[in-house]
Amino acid sequence: MELLSHLMDGFAIAFQPFNLGMMALGCLLGLFIGAMPGLGSVNGVAILLPITFFVPPTAAIIFLAAIYYGSMYGGAISSIMLGIPGASTAVATTFDGRPMALQGKADYALVAAAVASFVGGTISIILFTLFAPPLADFALRFGPQETFALMVLAFATFVGLGGDDIPKTIFMILLGLVLSTVGLDVISGRPRLVFFDLQGFYKGISFIVLAIGIYGIGEMLWTLETSRGKVEIANHRFTYKRLMSALGDLKRAWGTMTFSSLLGYFVGVLPAAGATPAALMAYGLTKSFARDPEKFGKGDIRGVAAPEAANNAASTGSMLPMMTLGIPGSPTTAILLGGMVIWGLTPGPLLFIEQADFVWGLTASLYAANFVTVILNIALIPVFVWVLRMPFMILAPLIFVLCFVGGYAPDTRMFDPWLILLFGFVGYVMRKLDYPLAPLVLAIVLGPLAENSFRQTMIADLGDWTVFFTRPLSGIIMGLAILLFIAPFLKRFLSRGKTSTLET
Amino acid sequence: MRRAELTFAVILGAFSIYLMYMAQIPPLQIGWVPKKGPGSGAAPFWLSLGMLICAVWIFWRGWRGITPQGRSTEPFMDTYTFKVVSVTVGSIFAMLLATHFVGAYVAMLAFLMFYMGVFGKVPWPTTIWVSFAIPTGIFFLFESGMKILLPKGITEPLFIPLYKMFVY
Amino acid sequence: MGLKRRGALGLGAVGALAIVATGTTSAIAEGWKPVKPVEFVVMAGQGGGADKLARFIQSIIEKNKFAEVPFIPVNKGGGSGADALRTLKDNAGNDHMIMATLNSYYTTPLRNPGIGVNIEEFTPIIRLAEDAFILWVNSETDIKSVDDYAKVVKEKGTGWKMGGTGSGQEDSLVTTMLEKAYGLKMTYVPFKGGGTVAANLVGNHVNSTVNNPSEAIGFQQAGKVRPLAALTAERLPLFPDVPTFKELGKDLVYRMQRSVVAPGGLKPEVAAYYTALFEKVFKSEEWQGYCKKNALQCTPLTGEPLKAYFAAEKKAHEALLKEMGEIK
Repeated sequence: MELLSHLMDGFAIAFQPFNLGMMALGCLLGLFIGAMPGLGSVNGVAILLPITFFVPPTAAIIFLAAIYYGSMYGGAISSIMLGIPGASTAVATTFDGRPMALQGKADYALVAAAVASFVGGTISIILFTLFAPPLADFALRFGPQETFALMVLAFATFVGLGGDDIPKTIFMILLGLVLSTVGLDVISGRPRLVFFDLQGFYKGISFIVLAIGIYGIGEMLWTLETSRGKVEIANHRFTYKRLMSALGDLKRAWGTMTFSSLLGYFVGVLPAAGATPAALMAYGLTKSFARDPEKFGKGDIRGVAAPEAANNAASTGSMLPMMTLGIPGSPTTAILLGGMVIWGLTPGPLLFIEQADFVWGLTASLYAANFVTVILNIALIPVFVWVLRMPFMILAPLIFVLCFVGGYAPDTRMFDPWLILLFGFVGYVMRKLDYPLAPLVLAIVLGPLAENSFRQTMIADLGDWTVFFTRPLSGIIMGLAILLFIAPFLKRFLSRGKTSTLET
Repeated sequence: MRRAELTFAVILGAFSIYLMYMAQIPPLQIGWVPKKGPGSGAAPFWLSLGMLICAVWIFWRGWRGITPQGRSTEPFMDTYTFKVVSVTVGSIFAMLLATHFVGAYVAMLAFLMFYMGVFGKVPWPTTIWVSFAIPTGIFFLFESGMKILLPKGITEPLFIPLYKMFVY
Repeated sequence: MGLKRRGALGLGAVGALAIVATGTTSAIAEGWKPVKPVEFVVMAGQGGGADKLARFIQSIIEKNKFAEVPFIPVNKGGGSGADALRTLKDNAGNDHMIMATLNSYYTTPLRNPGIGVNIEEFTPIIRLAEDAFILWVNSETDIKSVDDYAKVVKEKGTGWKMGGTGSGQEDSLVTTMLEKAYGLKMTYVPFKGGGTVAANLVGNHVNSTVNNPSEAIGFQQAGKVRPLAALTAERLPLFPDVPTFKELGKDLVYRMQRSVVAPGGLKPEVAAYYTALFEKVFKSEEWQGYCKKNALQCTPLTGEPLKAYFAAEKKAHEALLKEMGEIK
């Protein structure tokens, strides 16, 4: 079989000692970069790009892909350990990962994240190997109409995520959407909502600033208050026995992981969608299809497995449009793309034919990087658990300092740390008054995608909004979204006869 | 708590109105531009209107005592909480402000010393050890490793020899 | 006020010196050297066209050891470069900052007087290249020439969709020029980046684009898109069969400049240092190879001529934007 022989050639390339060394180094670096709030795969890949000009292109892309991979795993670490999502892709991981850590089961959550990422990565690479060209054609059929439909579907999963207080949940979604419109508008090129004429708002409010403020400062204040300065997270020493028992727990999540991986991969392949909606949709769908949805958000292992499998699968998926179409699915792949151009490779439909060595070397190294990261990750769990055992009065200021530096780093301007402090304080008040924070953070990520694709469609189709339903692909997605919107209400309606209402 | 819930809802409502005002300043259009779909101010304007409605709804629910916060008679913050929150927010504020003048490293060091040693009552040897170790670690990770320069303020000259040694 | 005056004075001196510098670079360059890492501000987000270029330049400097300090790319792409421009303004007199520009260098300050940036205050260093614009259609269509194109678009009117980058940015300006030259009226659909625009053309979500060669070349080689004509003065070596609009009788020329500038208020020897450095970058094998591969037109420009070039381009953009009704 031709494919297999290509892949074998690829493995021969990936397993050259030099390439293998680059891979291991990349995974380790990525893991640490990803675990730092504020730093993500984008930073890692961007900074290390020039270094790769001194090595051959294949080794270079293996190295960069390993960093990318490693930081995807790493993002889960800060979500679970500190409750701060280091990247937008890891927001959904905090929903159940953080409660698990607070219950003293951080190691279980970390094992779940590692294994789920591994499953997600592996399934997606197999799909990548088998169906790259047809999937690329499929991705091309996604215009702004389909992107908008997909965003509606992502928002539909919110319905299952919100707290019990409906007006507060809706308020937070709307607030996130409005905050996402701050800054220069792509479509009209005009500034919007530049508060008090502050220059800093021209750029808009980035996800990372909001997330670090709300989770890093806001949640920390909340923890300080509720713990009265004595946070005792009963963390056990991470032993072989606990590893085995964690793996045993994960058995329940096989279905979740497989489903999430498939979903994540397909969403990742679509240009302009990316890993964040993928992780969110995986979490939302897993929760709504579960027989016991009330367990989610309180430390359910499936709530960690679903987003982690999906975001890793999506990150592999987004390599596909990058290589076959030359469109990056995420900022990180955009930089990888830049690297490819500089190395003299032309991404596009011909890459698979003309640069087979490169493509299959990369594919094989993705398989291998997957193994390396899962092993590294589990081996490092004791170190992470040790961090959690630190006295809280040392850990808290340390986190504040990291929030400051991590918030400053992406755009290197002091405006962002100031915003973080503001969001942190407001977030704390909201937390106290039971406003759900996750919908706010996710809305700011998805808002621009939804608004721009809607307006692009309206411009392209001259204001005719029925196209969302009449185009076959977007029609199907819209239909699914509507089903998902009404599902919880249907469920509640059907079960109302059995249980009396809670408020009495 | 009840008063906080109601006050906060009023603040959010006022903020929504402010956002609506911001979204309709010309040349932003909030209406449907024929054949072009919604204008550039439409999304923020109508979504803010939604926020306003939600804020009123939240206020009403708080007023009628439907939410637990609306019924609660506890104070929003007790003295302990007030102290913790104001010291934390205040010291971070001071750290950011100091960064503009003496740079991030001195500000971090001072913040860590104060927060751990004075406020957290962490033993001084540990405080000093950690307060120096963290900025050093940050220097190596961010400046040396990731090539992201942090603001230095007037301490800039002190770093020039360090750059020579570690950054390149 | 004091700062501004010093900036203006400095600029004149810099311009004069830079001309001399092009001749005897090494002698003057010894006068000043950076003592700490140089921040290389990029007017685009990570992964954008300008960002790729800046990182490529950084790698050339590092690989050939042109400088003793590292050049650190800092992305400030927010608000179509408004963030970057403002940073440069606020750093007047900072010897350790330079910026990679594109055409939003002219358009963003014009469209957003609120940011208070006047690009004439900045110190021009070098123009490294100009990128071309080509009119593309999907190869599935029967449109083989600009004449076919004009005919079909006239028929379809606003039903014809032209894809491009954000409103008021390069692609929309080119579209306006096209419309004016051929008396057309099409619907302009803005997207976030050039790569996405090209993919939307292949996927038939838009009917034509004015992508840069590097964005569409992969699809062209695969036979998915077809170039109709280039908005250049002469035919591009990489596309010998593609006519220019000039040959077709319409004076349509538009290019994307790739330049490097520094904040205002620099000492002449500082500007001379950077000019000399980037001349070395320009002459490097890597840069020349990159120009060829991506169909860039590479003629360097420094000192006074560059200043004059910026001023002329700014004027041209102002006129274009006025015509579009984007500014008054």
